[in-house]
Amino acid sequence: MKAGSNLEKVFTQGHFAVTAELGPPKGNDTNVIQKKVDFLRGYVDAVNVTDNQTAIVRMSSIAACSFVIQMGMEPVMQMVCRDRNRIAMQSDIFGASALGIRNILCLTGDHHTFGNQVNAKNVHDLDSVQLIDMVRTMRDNQTLLGGEDKIEGEIKMFIGAAANPFADPFEFRAVRTAKKADAGVDFIQTQCIYDMDRFKEWMKMIRDLGVHEKVHIMAGVTPLKSAGMARYMAKNVAGIIIPDALIDRMAKAQKGADEGINICVEQIQELREIEGVHGIHLMAIEWEHMVGRIVEAAGLLPRPQVEQDSGEKV
Amino acid sequence: MIKAEQKPIEEILTYLDPYKKILLSGCGACVTVCHAGGEKEVSLLASSLKMARNLTGKPLEIQEITPARQCEPEFAEELAEKAEGVEAVLSLSCGVGVQTLARSLTKTPVIPGVNTVFMGETVSHGVWEERCQACGNCLLERTGGVCPIARCSKQLLNGPCGGSSKGKCEIRQETDCAWQLIYDRLKSLGQLDKLREVIPAKNWGTESRDKGPRRIVREDLKI
Repeated sequence: MKAGSNLEKVFTQGHFAVTAELGPPKGNDTNVIQKKVDFLRGYVDAVNVTDNQTAIVRMSSIAACSFVIQMGMEPVMQMVCRDRNRIAMQSDIFGASALGIRNILCLTGDHHTFGNQVNAKNVHDLDSVQLIDMVRTMRDNQTLLGGEDKIEGEIKMFIGAAANPFADPFEFRAVRTAKKADAGVDFIQTQCIYDMDRFKEWMKMIRDLGVHEKVHIMAGVTPLKSAGMARYMAKNVAGIIIPDALIDRMAKAQKGADEGINICVEQIQELREIEGVHGIHLMAIEWEHMVGRIVEAAGLLPRPQVEQDSGEKV
Repeated sequence: MIKAEQKPIEEILTYLDPYKKILLSGCGACVTVCHAGGEKEVSLLASSLKMARNLTGKPLEIQEITPARQCEPEFAEELAEKAEGVEAVLSLSCGVGVQTLARSLTKTPVIPGVNTVFMGETVSHGVWEERCQACGNCLLERTGGVCPIARCSKQLLNGPCGGSSKGKCEIRQETDCAWQLIYDRLKSLGQLDKLREVIPAKNWGTESRDKGPRRIVREDLKI
């Protein structure tokens, strides 16, 4: 075991993992976290807590993760390279580890001009590949980045990162994931998948590079709420491809939301069959209460009970 | 070369408000090339400033000069002599030239008339784009002659983020994705294997921007 997190155990015991996303409040209202945790409890193996996603200021991922633990679930702490340099990041990783956080997702971060602090100075001292390498160094060598400085204690982190098979240049996308594997990543979550053919092509490249044997790939899915949402995402979100056939299907449906969930469940079933896909990451944006329904309909319940450190099943 | 843009005239007028007699200095180097502070711009700006001040009933006397390079101490010293008798100097040179001149003029304020924006190249007539951030350890050999520090909006060193789409950066449709350019270039050079190596965390502290002003010392050239 590298970190001993629930998510790591689910993977290493050969289960198909399920995680979901939780956006912290735009303030200090912990009821927002409680509500989302209540929607997700029992349906997922870990909760991915975003780090100021789309550069909108929210409660810090580290604090929100700590509340998620208090509320009885396991968090995956997202950490972006946009807002902190390597001093602050390593310091926060110390703190996160001390607070009991055992999973980290290393991300570049959305560009700050998309958010509500457009005049900020972005940092990008490290990129996501270098962040992975830094966390691995802290965990495996017990030293800080580039130094001999020994860490007091042990940093147990199961290390994740993102991959976007739908961004360009397409031929480089699997190579970039291979670089993350070289840097020491343990699991990968992908951008939301709608274009199944392209995803399968990417997975083939991943298998050809042997990456699927080194890291656990989690396929990202986001249920569509309406044809309007599908059209908006297809047009405005860089790095997301939604085939016209899917938009048409949403447009023709009597109840768009139900159809979106049907599509999502079908996608999960198809993704499960792909060699090398070890889990699903559900990004139900401000739709956390639908996660249970989707997971159940996809036949992913009950979630596995893995042996905890105490030897008890939970 | 260094690229600059003239400040709005309203801003310049605010800075000049306390003065009746100034020296307006251009520069014959970079700012001439990018049409922000050469002899022509000095002359145009002088006329505009005089007209604006005449309208307010507070005329401004302006002496014009455009040395070959304001950032060289010998030119700046010459300029400083010309500045005797004026209350302030308005400089259309880059931020380097303003400081060189300020060092020679101990009692006279030197006011910047342009914003120094970047080091870049001419893309087409009237269009310039950033190409170098003087990071202090050039990695263009590894990236096919396209700099991700100056040209990737997140300064990524190990490939494009998830926002690269059809050759463009997610932040703006007219901005090329630097990593797409790097990929295309290395592909045509038959050097795609260079993209497989992990580039480690950059040494910003000792090579680059965060250790105070950088300095080059060439012992062989010292007198």
